[in-house]
Amino acid sequence: MSTEAKKQIIDVGDGAAIPRKSDRGLFTAWRIAFFGAIGTIAYLVWNRPDPYLNILKFVPDGIAVTFQVTLGAILLAIVIGLITGLGRISKNRFFNGVASLYVEVIRGIPLLVQIFYIYYALGTIVKVPAILSAIIAMAVCYGAYMGEVVRAGIESIAKGQREAALSLGMNGRQTMIHVILPQAVKVILPPVGNEFIALLKDSSLVSIIAVADLLRRGREYASESFTYFETYTVIALIYLIITLFFSKIIGVMEERVSVNK
Amino acid sequence: MSINSRRKMVEAKEIIKVYGSFRALDRVSLDIYDGEKVVIIGPSGSGKSTLLRSINRLEEIDRGTIVVDGMDLYDPKTDITKVREEVGMVFQSFNLFPHKTVLENLTLAQIVVRKRSKHEAEEKAMMLLERVGLAAKAKSYPGKLSGGQQQRVAIARSLAMDPKLMLFDEPTSALDPEMIGEVLDVMKDLAKDGMTMAVVTHEMGFAREVADRVIFMDAGRIVEEGTPEHFFTAPTHERAKLFLSQIL
Repeated sequence: MSTEAKKQIIDVGDGAAIPRKSDRGLFTAWRIAFFGAIGTIAYLVWNRPDPYLNILKFVPDGIAVTFQVTLGAILLAIVIGLITGLGRISKNRFFNGVASLYVEVIRGIPLLVQIFYIYYALGTIVKVPAILSAIIAMAVCYGAYMGEVVRAGIESIAKGQREAALSLGMNGRQTMIHVILPQAVKVILPPVGNEFIALLKDSSLVSIIAVADLLRRGREYASESFTYFETYTVIALIYLIITLFFSKIIGVMEERVSVNK
Repeated sequence: MSINSRRKMVEAKEIIKVYGSFRALDRVSLDIYDGEKVVIIGPSGSGKSTLLRSINRLEEIDRGTIVVDGMDLYDPKTDITKVREEVGMVFQSFNLFPHKTVLENLTLAQIVVRKRSKHEAEEKAMMLLERVGLAAKAKSYPGKLSGGQQQRVAIARSLAMDPKLMLFDEPTSALDPEMIGEVLDVMKDLAKDGMTMAVVTHEMGFAREVADRVIFMDAGRIVEEGTPEHFFTAPTHERAKLFLSQIL
């Protein structure tokens, strides 16, 4: 018998589809896509090393940059999201107001515009490397979404948990740290993974502000060699392989968490 | 009746609690003396849970005063967490922390609030688990326990704080019938020990056996109050008579 019969599920569907436990069988959509993409690249490189092998040799630097941007942005976004989420449920009117305003404003502006804006706005004050500007822009944007995930996660924890902690003499902060957040993390983890994948894909947008990520490297190669179709085929397949790989990891993580419950 | 002096543990005066246009508590006054066992009964929606929950301020009242152990709950100088340290509460739905073991459930507040050492807290916890007959379950997670066992753990968790007063909010209402006895036994044992208790319950047998005073509530008011003998044999109020005829 569990104390809380119902567990709220947060679904922020923006990343790649996370494979479900029910997706059994040999030919799942995930396997066809993942191994199909790897097979296609292998086939192309084997049969037409020029240009495909050359493209493949040219882009790894870009993959590294894409990961740098994604990792930097997600970590920063989690911090911003935690603060924003706590602000959104705070009884403090000022804190709550600022957090809500932030979420509303950010969600109302396209990410591409935010990237341009932060890059040029920051540029007028201090000279920052494009990659740092890109990380900040992505984090500011995703922090707002992350804040909503954190808020929903905290609110999904039954009211009785908070009351039990308070009745034992814990203050609000102690209750949050020892009772609410540890439980909320389990609920928050899967949607955070989802946001991670979405962020990874959206990181391709930073190529417009001279960050040499995967897409940018591809564009550089394509414009020199005039192999646009071939290059973008490889770029698309690499993105696909990376996101499918992570969606699998997150799917496994999600299963573990629900089993532990 | 009370074992100790006639010191007042709880002194609630003329409290009013409103939900929209509905008066959950309508000018309720209640004193609970040191060592006294008060059982609050009444139909659902009569305000008994609201009254109990207002004693540790889980429910905010709209008017009136509540003094617990000499501390005025609504005095701006009162630190409400200090009051709650002294007042244990047991909920209908147990509310154990599912991410912590039984032992950790008992030690958390001792360490965080009472600032006891881990060793000291665990010693206390094991002693209490022994008392409620669940020492063997110390390393289990609450989800693995039956409802009756969870509620006994919840009682032990409250007792670990050495409260001066224990509040029970329908502690057996969510339990399967065969598990009610084990929880009531723990509560009776606690009563024998001289704990000051306020219990909201539908268990009339328990009320008869343990209560020093029975309070009957209806529509946000206390309509009848007296010893169990008086209440169960010769209730004066019509509403109380009707309630008893339905429940007994």
